[in-house]
Amino acid sequence: MGHKEQVRLIDDNGLRVDGRKLDQLRPIKLEVGVLDKADGSAYIEHGRNKILAAVFGPREAHPKHIALADRAVVRCRYHMAPFSTDERKSPAPSRRELELSKVIRESLEPSIMSEYFPRSTIDIFIEVLQADAGTRCAGITSASLALADAGIPLRELVAACAAGKIDGKVVLDLSDIEDKKGDADLPIAFMPKSNAIGLLQMDGSMTEEELGQALEMSVNACRTIYDMQRDALRSKYHVEREESGAEEVAEVKV
Amino acid sequence: MSATHQPPPLAKLEQKTVQELILKGKRVDERGPLDYRPLTIMLGTVEKANGSAEVHLGKTRVLTGVKIQTGTPFEDTPNEGILTVNAEFVPLAYPTFETGPPDEDAIELARVVDRGIRESKAIDLQKLCIDPGKKVFVVFVDIYILDHDGNLIDAAGLAALGALVNATMHEFEVKNGEIKYKDSKMSLPMQNYPVPITTVKVGNSVIVDPCLEEEQVMSCRLTVTTDKNDNVCAMQKGGLGVFSPEEIKQVVSSSIQKSRDLREKVLSKVN
Repeated sequence: MGHKEQVRLIDDNGLRVDGRKLDQLRPIKLEVGVLDKADGSAYIEHGRNKILAAVFGPREAHPKHIALADRAVVRCRYHMAPFSTDERKSPAPSRRELELSKVIRESLEPSIMSEYFPRSTIDIFIEVLQADAGTRCAGITSASLALADAGIPLRELVAACAAGKIDGKVVLDLSDIEDKKGDADLPIAFMPKSNAIGLLQMDGSMTEEELGQALEMSVNACRTIYDMQRDALRSKYHVEREESGAEEVAEVKV
Repeated sequence: MSATHQPPPLAKLEQKTVQELILKGKRVDERGPLDYRPLTIMLGTVEKANGSAEVHLGKTRVLTGVKIQTGTPFEDTPNEGILTVNAEFVPLAYPTFETGPPDEDAIELARVVDRGIRESKAIDLQKLCIDPGKKVFVVFVDIYILDHDGNLIDAAGLAALGALVNATMHEFEVKNGEIKYKDSKMSLPMQNYPVPITTVKVGNSVIVDPCLEEEQVMSCRLTVTTDKNDNVCAMQKGGLGVFSPEEIKQVVSSSIQKSRDLREKVLSKVN
């Protein structure tokens, strides 16, 4: 969490620097199918985070030797644009980005029915256009929508959100300053119907009890985000129904 | 790009045996589900390093060296020394470890160990400042995997902790921004002792400290790093499986318990 100067992150009314309550999410905007050439895509604004996710595939594995006989290979790249941060970030992949690409893939793979597509690859690209703490979670939330938009069979959508600790209190969805000056951060990715956590990381310092609280808080927030994801998918496919002019179309299953 | 790993080179029949044993509450090496393998720690095995430690965890062997040099501080922390952790999966340790820059597994391991040391504030980095904004000490922790029989994260974390508590440097004085070394030596300014504990899930069973065969049948793992005050300072889930929130809480609880003995074991080696 880096070097800390004394900054008050929660005021006397129990409100945070950006006016949020302790268990309040930042505003989230989701949009599905935003790119023309990708098989599936999604855009998320989560607080000041702006992130694009795109999915290509299932497509033939290339190079061929990476193919698996009984399932699709899932590949994932999380990347931050050079202009996404306060100081310019080198476009070369950092160790942080390499680690995040791995844990994001491991959070999405359990949701993908990759056994239907042997010898193929499913490629997930996450580009952070503007970063404001919580990019890995917002990246997962949007990438899961992009997978659904690509028509890839999913067991469930994956929603992600962090909880953490600032000024000694457990709070939801840390903002940039809270992440830098706060005491701990706990990002998770969660599939509500299967009660399954596919990503969990933590840094900082928390007691066992605080950790339990933070876990519950972020799990509940993931349920809220999950509903937003469903709405975003519905609204995209609703519009397309009207355009196609069909009178009766079966409910799009999410 | 991060890609799904190739399946482990373990015969399906053997996988089944390992799995069935675990589901029955037994293990290939006859341990209980929450038993650690025998742990040996040797400190100071490499004299040219400022500090070093070799850890044997069952048949897993990890050597870690600490080198302390001077460098320029980061702009946002002008008064603090620098910690860098790197891991090399040396090709002699395992048939599929390759030469070349660290892959994502090595990077993940190094970053998990790094987070444990950094977030627990194990080293008082402010005491490693020479000239604010200009010159500070850089503590390099280099993790060398020598023999891979599973649970590299814990073995590496313990070896890193061992090497740090073992590390010495010349005492120094700073006059007008110039550094003067004395003949006498001092230890690194250690103020906390993080210990990682890794638990893996096989079916619906959880076992601690997996050996290689067990790692090859696991669905996922959770590493919980605990500090000397029983606070959790770093966590990392890995693998393609999933945990329920209840399982996570249970693993955190048992990891906190387990870490106490191991911390004791490392610290008992220090004179």
